[in-house]
Amino acid sequence: MFIINQEIVDLTSEKLRNRFGEALLTVETEMDMPVYIVKKEIIVDLLRFLYDDETLRYRFLTTLCGIHYPDSDQPFGVIYHLHSLENNQRIRIKTFTTLEDITIPSATAVFAGANWMEREAYDFYGILFSGHPNLKRILNVDEMDYFPMRKEYPLEDGTREDKNDDFFGR
Amino acid sequence: MDSNNNKFTVVDAPEGYSGSGFYATRMDKAIGLARMNSLWPLPFATSCCGIEFMATMAPHYDLARFGMERLSFSPRQSDLLMVMGTIAKKMGPILQEVYVQMAEPRWVIAVGACAASGGIFDTYSVLQGIDRVIPVDVYVPGCPPRPEQIINGILKIQDLVHNESGRRRNSPEYKELLAKYGIE
Repeated sequence: MFIINQEIVDLTSEKLRNRFGEALLTVETEMDMPVYIVKKEIIVDLLRFLYDDETLRYRFLTTLCGIHYPDSDQPFGVIYHLHSLENNQRIRIKTFTTLEDITIPSATAVFAGANWMEREAYDFYGILFSGHPNLKRILNVDEMDYFPMRKEYPLEDGTREDKNDDFFGR
Repeated sequence: MDSNNNKFTVVDAPEGYSGSGFYATRMDKAIGLARMNSLWPLPFATSCCGIEFMATMAPHYDLARFGMERLSFSPRQSDLLMVMGTIAKKMGPILQEVYVQMAEPRWVIAVGACAASGGIFDTYSVLQGIDRVIPVDVYVPGCPPRPEQIINGILKIQDLVHNESGRRRNSPEYKELLAKYGIE
């Protein structure tokens, strides 16, 4: 559980609202940290804005990951965790898109550390990051021909012969 | 040991003919005897089975009793590849390369459920048994197997080494087996 510095959170929300207006879709505070859902077109500008702001100083990208909610209108998403070390405040930023339009701007322009994390999101979810310098698989074998964390694919290997399905309920 | 009698048997002599001043036996019997008691294992330990192997080679269970005083960490100098632990699909080609780098004759022991069949990791990222990339001589079941089981596997390997015919590695069956894995 992280400490929420309400003063900084309010300031962050206010500054983002003023700067991005409609593109900032929802603002809410969950149990551990504030969550901002934003349009994908502004994601790089938003990260840059939070990085450059002299009071907020969100200059550490803790993590970046992909996600898949198959029943949602916009099933594919990318989640960013930012940390302002000076203010000891963390925030979470989410952006969603559809399978047809699965390109999301790359955060590598702001955070060099996003490079491998975006490759991971591409590897597992097939999210394409426009402007990424080297978008190829990072953890799985290069020959893999699908994106294994998408919910339509089974977890199991599928080539295994020694398992009797009757014992596994499938 | 009786202090008056210092004779004890390290290994039994292979069957052969002996007479006054000579002893004759088959070449591959003598070689098999020498090989089985001086195997150099290459540990390829990736997870918990590797920890069990460390116990196996440590003084309490003492793998050195079986002629394995020296573990070789170079594939070029070892005879026995011991694969212990989960092999991810990405590790598969590396394991195969290590096997190819070993000089003939070479043996492989798959220790534990993961190396033998993928074990509990029935998932897209894990190789479902190392016998998909290299031929395996002995499988040791268990998750992880106890050191006694690993020693039992080693004894089975020694049995194979002891009784292997001198021509096996040149046989068409063996070449076919390697070809099946795309080796050589």
